[in-house]
Amino acid sequence: MDALMLARLQFAVTCLFHFIFVPLTLGLSVMVAVMETLYVRRGEEKYLRMTKFWGKLFLINFALGVVTGITMEFQFGMNWAEYSKYVGDIFGAPLAIEATVAFFLESTFIGLWVFSWEKVSKKMHATFIWLVAFGTNMSALWILLANAWMQKPVGYVLRNGRAEMSDFGALVFNPYGWLKFLHTNLSGYVIAAFFVMGISAYHLLKKNETEFFRASFRIAAVFGFISSLGVAMVGDLNGQEVARYQPAKFAAMESHWETRKGAPMALLQVPLESEERNAVELIKIPKMLSILATHDPHAEIKGLKDIPKEDRPPVTITFFSFRIMVGLGTLFILLSGIALYLSLRNRLEGKTLFLRILLYSIPLPYIAAQLGWIVAEVGRQPWIVYGLMRTKDAISRNVSAGQVLVSLLLFTFFYGILGVVDIYLMYKFGKKGPEPLSLKAEV
Amino acid sequence: MEYQVTWFVLWGVLWAVYFMLDGFDLGVGMLMNFIARSDGEKRLVINTIGPFWDGNEVWLITAGGATFAAFPTTYAYMFSYLYPALLIILFALIFRGVAFEFRGKGEGDKWKRSWDIAIFAGSSLPALLFGVAFGNIFRGLPIDASGYHGTLFSLLNPFGLLSGVFFVMMFLQHGALWLSIKTDGEVRARAEKASSGLLYPVIFTAVIFLTATAFPSKFYDNFAKAPLLVAVPMLAVLGFAAAKFMTARGKWKGAFFASCASIIAVMATGMISLYPNLIPSSIDPAHSLTIFNSSSSPYTLKIMTIVALLFVPVVIAYQFWVYRVLKGRLTVEGVVRDKHSY
Ligand code: HDD
Ligand code: HEM
Ligand code: HEM
Repeated sequence: MDALMLARLQFAVTCLFHFIFVPLTLGLSVMVAVMETLYVRRGEEKYLRMTKFWGKLFLINFALGVVTGITMEFQFGMNWAEYSKYVGDIFGAPLAIEATVAFFLESTFIGLWVFSWEKVSKKMHATFIWLVAFGTNMSALWILLANAWMQKPVGYVLRNGRAEMSDFGALVFNPYGWLKFLHTNLSGYVIAAFFVMGISAYHLLKKNETEFFRASFRIAAVFGFISSLGVAMVGDLNGQEVARYQPAKFAAMESHWETRKGAPMALLQVPLESEERNAVELIKIPKMLSILATHDPHAEIKGLKDIPKEDRPPVTITFFSFRIMVGLGTLFILLSGIALYLSLRNRLEGKTLFLRILLYSIPLPYIAAQLGWIVAEVGRQPWIVYGLMRTKDAISRNVSAGQVLVSLLLFTFFYGILGVVDIYLMYKFGKKGPEPLSLKAEV
Repeated sequence: MEYQVTWFVLWGVLWAVYFMLDGFDLGVGMLMNFIARSDGEKRLVINTIGPFWDGNEVWLITAGGATFAAFPTTYAYMFSYLYPALLIILFALIFRGVAFEFRGKGEGDKWKRSWDIAIFAGSSLPALLFGVAFGNIFRGLPIDASGYHGTLFSLLNPFGLLSGVFFVMMFLQHGALWLSIKTDGEVRARAEKASSGLLYPVIFTAVIFLTATAFPSKFYDNFAKAPLLVAVPMLAVLGFAAAKFMTARGKWKGAFFASCASIIAVMATGMISLYPNLIPSSIDPAHSLTIFNSSSSPYTLKIMTIVALLFVPVVIAYQFWVYRVLKGRLTVEGVVRDKHSY
């Protein structure tokens, strides 16, 4: 493999790893903040224990999100120096703003939140976790605006041999970015909701602290149902945005080969990339693809055959990642809908099969989110900045394949260890359940 | 033109504040295994920096981000040239960060001892390598028309190493002073002893460093042009001397602030010598990266100046406030009793 492939692989590995921890942070920070607020409002000890139990899992997860983030920030310069030089004028800004307005907030107040239980009023303490939640969600906004700029470059001019910013407003109000922000953050909330529901289901199955976990479950079910609906709705808008600005990605997502008006969509489909057709196309819904792309049944959808080969992304990966993500998204609406219904009716406990399904569903939203990034990033290839700069022109010139290989192996190795340790600790504390009631005396 | 100068100053401030803040927690991480004997004492030491280290580290992230936004070409070259050194720093910071969180959450001696090593290595490697990197930047990197001609080992030249050792010494002492004001009991006694013991070596390396810089590089050219600026390196040495004076009188807080001032003055000295370069070339001055040939467009710099002026003071204000809320000494008993501590 050459330096380019290795650098891409390294970016994918470190990014996807970062994005194992980040989405739980996005969602769980908000849920813990809600729990602490309930405690402040109602004064019931249950909510305090909830804050602490879920807060502990939150912190274990948070640590890895933070440390893997630094890699992301350094990597643009290390591996993608030509990219950084060419677009730094406009791309660097959101990254620097992210650090200034978001990372400082979350990392300063998370420290304060952990260490100030006995030092400040209850209300003030709850404010700290809200600031953390706000900071994490803000950081997602800015990084996604940066990423959206690579998907749909706006507000720049080509000058002095590089892309220079000409309109900051266009960068900040890029609709592509705001849709990405909503979709990604909601996906984080889905992950957090299924995480809390799954662990609660485990304890409900064991009949351990049922009162506590019934209440946790309800909060998560409400959260999960709303965000599952939201993620699908925003995803639909995302898809239209993709169809408008990145026809090649859209065609790859649907494995759509021939340009046509009123394009149908096959529910069961298997692409055969080498022959530029689909091996299987079953259960066709007429005009569905045109409707999905534009909400107009007669719209013309460009097929891959009308896109030059060197401008096409890998079809098979993009297609399957997209299908599975959407399939999982539909499943989440169903599961969280049932969960909410049962929880509101207080009919959860007897349903062992359903509880068990929820327990084993914990990884599913994670998978959906990883696949989402693969759709977005692999589908953008061969461009690093869509229509403006190709990935192969973006790599650092003085970095050798050997160097990247070494760093890639080191990342894989060290991240592997840390991932295992993190999962072990989550498992240990998740299984142990909340601290006993006597905690109150110390608070 | 003005924006580039503004950003040069801001760039320097970000790095200086980063070293002033992370300097003490890197120092604490290096000292922990030596100053703390029992597990309780180690936890005490970790908890003195527990709430702060992440907020301190964001100054590094912001310095990196600001380099990207304001001087993209410098960001591109600095990070790709120093790839191996940065990679080591990265892994060190990663393991150090999780070590604080994970150490207390597992069981057994082996578990804890492993994370103790991670804390030591994760603190000393960045301290050393940041020193090496900045020493080399102050002196210039071998860059010409065909690119960069250095390796990790060429960075470890005598001057680079000297500057690495100087950073380590500075942070050790800074960390010892922090422990002297944040702990109580035996740990405090040992930290106080370490702070006063370390000061002579620190002043010694500072003087050697500032003298050595005069030889291989044009380090003092800018000072020759504006002799008044010599006050800045003098201030650095004076700060260390003041710290010595105050430790001898048991004024630990004062000594800590003097040490803060010294670190800022050391970085300022380096920055003054750099101006208007960001990465000088040691072999062909025509290929030096300067604030003019590597900066963003005036428009971007203007936007970033507005953002910085609006938000950096807010950040400083709330970080300062957080230090106030969490002021006071910690004790072993307190840390062990508190369920929320590390
Ligand atoms: C701000 C920009 C940005 C952001 C937020 C992300 N990425 Fe990305 N990604 C890039 C910027 C980028 C990139 C620098 O542009 C890469 C490197 C090579 C390329 O073509 O794009 C890339 C490549 C890339 C690839 C490899 C694609 C290929 O080479 O075929 C994958 C799988 C991901 N990314 C995954 C992710 C994940 C899981 C992210 C969520 C955390 C993510 N990206 C966020
Ligand atoms: C290449 C792109 C990315 C870069 C350069 C980056 C950078 C960083 C850095 C430096 C940190 C550590 C902050 C600290 O020390 O407190 C971090 C943490 C974080 N990042 Fe990223 N990141 C990237 C992708 C993303 C994406 C796509 C998201 C979300 C949509 C995201 C959300 C977060 C959040 C919420 C945190 C907070 C802590 C945690 O993760 O648990 N990041 N990131
Ligand atoms: C149910 C219907 C869903 C639809 C129609 C949908 C649609 C999309 C589309 C079109 C993209 C690509 C955007 C781009 O290329 O810029 C995308 C990306 C993504 N999806 Fe989904 N999605 C759905 C469900 C989910 C679920 C359930 C999750 C996770 C729990 C998820 C997580 C993501 C993530 C993390 C990305 C990458 C970030 C982004 O581009 O916004 N999606 N989704």
